[in-house]
Amino acid sequence: MTAILRNLWAFRAFISGSVRREFQSKYLNSMLGIAWTVIQPLAMILVYTLIFSQIMRAKLPGIEGDFAYSVYLCAGILTWALFQEVTGRCQNMFLEHANLIKKVHFPRLCLPVIITLTAFLNFGIIFVLFTLFLIVSGNFPGVVYIALVPVLLVQLIFSVGLGVLLGVLNVFFRDVGQAYTVIVQFWFWLTPIVYPVSIIPEQLRGLLAYNPMVGLMTAYQTIIGRGQWPDWSQLVPMLVLGIIFCALGLRLFRSRVGEMVDEL
Amino acid sequence: MGRISIKNLGKAYKVYPSRVARMKEWMGLGTAEQHRKHWVLKDISFEVAPGESVGIVGINGAGKSTLLKLITGTIQPTEGSVSLQGNVAALLELGMGFHPDFTGRQNAYMSGQLMGFSVSEIRGWMPAIEQFAEIGDYIDQPVRVYSSGMQMRLAFSVATARRPDILIVDEALSVGDAYFQHKSFDRIRQFREQGTTLLIVSHDKQAIQTVCDRALLLNAGRLEKQGSPEAVMDYYNALIADKANSRLEQISREDGRVETVSGTGEATTTSIELINEQGKAVEAINVGEKVILRVTATIHQNIERLVLGYGIKDRLGQVMFGTNTHITAQVQENVRAGEKVTFECEFQASLGQGSYSVQTALVSSDTHMVDNYEWRDLALVFQVININRQHFAGSAWLPPQIGIHRT
Repeated sequence: MTAILRNLWAFRAFISGSVRREFQSKYLNSMLGIAWTVIQPLAMILVYTLIFSQIMRAKLPGIEGDFAYSVYLCAGILTWALFQEVTGRCQNMFLEHANLIKKVHFPRLCLPVIITLTAFLNFGIIFVLFTLFLIVSGNFPGVVYIALVPVLLVQLIFSVGLGVLLGVLNVFFRDVGQAYTVIVQFWFWLTPIVYPVSIIPEQLRGLLAYNPMVGLMTAYQTIIGRGQWPDWSQLVPMLVLGIIFCALGLRLFRSRVGEMVDEL
Repeated sequence: MGRISIKNLGKAYKVYPSRVARMKEWMGLGTAEQHRKHWVLKDISFEVAPGESVGIVGINGAGKSTLLKLITGTIQPTEGSVSLQGNVAALLELGMGFHPDFTGRQNAYMSGQLMGFSVSEIRGWMPAIEQFAEIGDYIDQPVRVYSSGMQMRLAFSVATARRPDILIVDEALSVGDAYFQHKSFDRIRQFREQGTTLLIVSHDKQAIQTVCDRALLLNAGRLEKQGSPEAVMDYYNALIADKANSRLEQISREDGRVETVSGTGEATTTSIELINEQGKAVEAINVGEKVILRVTATIHQNIERLVLGYGIKDRLGQVMFGTNTHITAQVQENVRAGEKVTFECEFQASLGQGSYSVQTALVSSDTHMVDNYEWRDLALVFQVININRQHFAGSAWLPPQIGIHRT
């Protein structure tokens, strides 16, 4: 473990350079540049706001105010997008960088680190704008805002663990990547993100306990939407699962890293 | 610094009959291993001393690139070990894993960072890299618009921006144009003189013979031969022509050089002589002397077409001149078993001082790849000495008339 960290530290120039290059190539090569980071989720939020709160007149018990639904939606969608970016890119990272992996010797675990840093950078930009919007519209939750830090940390552990696990598996069984894309669609809709928990029929609500993302999303919604401290116990399943995924992912990675290059 | 030692190195790829079989094995279902091992390299052991340059030759699929990848650590060995002392710069295949969307400059930084250098170090080398690569404004264009030659120029310039203890080059140089090949070989030679250990894979005989102290021949994943570049290259050429019931042997000559004979044996050379103007067989001739190379072939089986090819090589094994009777339109047709065919090739030995060797080939066409009756390297060795010509340098005698005009 310390060897891995030492290796990664030795390649910090490569990691930071890669994050910078990804950032540059993403924004510098398009005319609107950084605006796209905002436009994409904004469009999604507009669509959902329109469909759910206006056309479908969804009832959102416990949430009031002009922007209430949009704020509730953003809390879930922005963080879900972060989760999806990290896991989605991680599951494909070895295949995507096959060219590099086959030609150059470097610590392969640089890749998930680069992906995570890039994703968090993108998230950071949009989240700062979102926060400004909260402040301007008078929806800023106040001191509970700092509760986001540990919640994001739990999410980070979970997504990196899952991502590395999927990434290694996907090299050997390409079905994994395909399946994950499908699963993540269902996962999104089976998690109360665009709709509140309350619209789920009582008898089915028990099933939500088996979805670790529910606790996470609820925490974000509680912090940002309601301005309250989250129920920390809800995050425990995700944290435990995240640690298990990290351990499994690391073990799988270490035992298969040699074979992996042969399969690319 | 710069030592490479390889011990019992082997690489096998796992081949699974199906994806399901792999899953079964991973899950621990079924007791038997589901895969079989496909060995691409086995029992490779050798040492490269600091400052030594070693060339690796072999046909496609012999395992050369796999060996280099094992040495650089890109792939992991199935058995055995690799140990390297000193820092390594490696050019494996084209482009060092350049990212097509990043500019040449960004990729140069990335490659440098992948070698473990900091941004400020790379920034310091960047002007030199740009200058050596000579790709002009393309340095700030995405690599996807580069030609393969330009990618190679950049990759080479980055990899050699700083003199490494060990330089590993895989075939990459053959992509460049003649100008850049010269330039890059000059740099390689320079590094070599400064003590860099060199490991090169190449099909370019000349490159191997001029740059390397020693050559290794890989064949079907095994280290088949190692020795002087000339002997190994001769053996390699014979091996390319290796066919069923073909013999291949190397005879050590008194002077320590190795004579390689191979072929299917329908025709063999029974004598090879260099005859001077007095009609005497000699081993030393004067610069510019008229001589006859007399080759006598004995035919053992009926042959439809018989062609004699010969080449004169210098002491490094580089061909000074070569031709064959296919080129000169003197193909002998329907040669019968038992016949003796004598070829007398008369020429003026416009060679510089030194030791030269003759290689001969008895074949059926322009190349020894179709039918190779007999191929003989170092069939004859002779000296060229300067008895009565003006002193000159080099391997060719090109006496000039020098006109000088002062204005």
